[in-house]
Amino acid sequence: MSVDRSIAYLEGDAALPRKNGELVFAAPWEGRAFGLAVLLSDKGAYAWDDFRDRLVQEIAQGDHPYYESWLDALQSLLMSRGVVSADEVSGRAAEYAALERDPVF
Amino acid sequence: MSDHDHHDHDHDHHPEAPSDIEARALALESLLVEKGILTSEEVDRIVSMYEHDIGPMLGARVVARAWIDSEYRHRLLQDGPAAVKELGIGYPEGTRLVVVENRPGAHNVIVCTLCSCYPWPVLGLPPTWYKSPPYRSRMVREPRSVLAEFDLRLPESVAVNVWDSSSDVRYMVLPERPAGTEGWSEEKLAAIVTRDCMIGVAVPRVPAEAATR
Repeated sequence: MSVDRSIAYLEGDAALPRKNGELVFAAPWEGRAFGLAVLLSDKGAYAWDDFRDRLVQEIAQGDHPYYESWLDALQSLLMSRGVVSADEVSGRAAEYAALERDPVF
Repeated sequence: MSDHDHHDHDHDHHPEAPSDIEARALALESLLVEKGILTSEEVDRIVSMYEHDIGPMLGARVVARAWIDSEYRHRLLQDGPAAVKELGIGYPEGTRLVVVENRPGAHNVIVCTLCSCYPWPVLGLPPTWYKSPPYRSRMVREPRSVLAEFDLRLPESVAVNVWDSSSDVRYMVLPERPAGTEGWSEEKLAAIVTRDCMIGVAVPRVPAEAATR
């Protein structure tokens, strides 16, 4: 496992937010979303380019903060591959939102 | 990867419910963990690695290319950003990259006296010491002593040029190709170009086992 150049140096609008070279995560969930997408690609759940294409598409579609587009891209890719379903995600998210689960990363 | 840090998770119990997006990120991670696809510790490691270990691998490629291709070297010294783009490395608009070349009688080293400006598109993350006030102030005043502390002892006959980076101009050192690397592939050459060589606090060394082969 090592740092992958095509991930670390995403280009154009898809470039990772940085400050003087260091990745910037505005909140812990952003770091988790980053890690999930990179790890799943590492594990072969999808090709990195497939994630990148969806990310570029999400960014082009809306005026959302970078990691919201990132999470949207990840979720839609995982749903299209049948890894998770929309109902599973919304149901589980509702449990976290209602504090039925501990919202701790 | 030698990072054995385990990030302590924040065990504060949030008094407030997570935002929608936060809840969705939590939902995805917990579902993936439950399905046995990944573990939270693996996510920790990936995040930590990308946060801390994005290495100077791009700069090393640039140096190796310049060593084997003198026309590329010439373009690199003339226009740094254009030359690194030739290798497919994105360089942000509006920032100049000036590559300074070490020569037999002249050694170069970079610093940012004001803050921690650093040519990160080619060198990755600045090391912690680069950002430290002692390095920033002392490298200008007494470069030879500071270099000696990095175990780089230069003879008095070698001039030391210190380049102070700014938000407009970033510098990168093009080290001299060491003797004993004749006929090496670009990839093999790139492997001996470390981050410190391109900052100028070290020079490339031929590993002992490679030299005897």
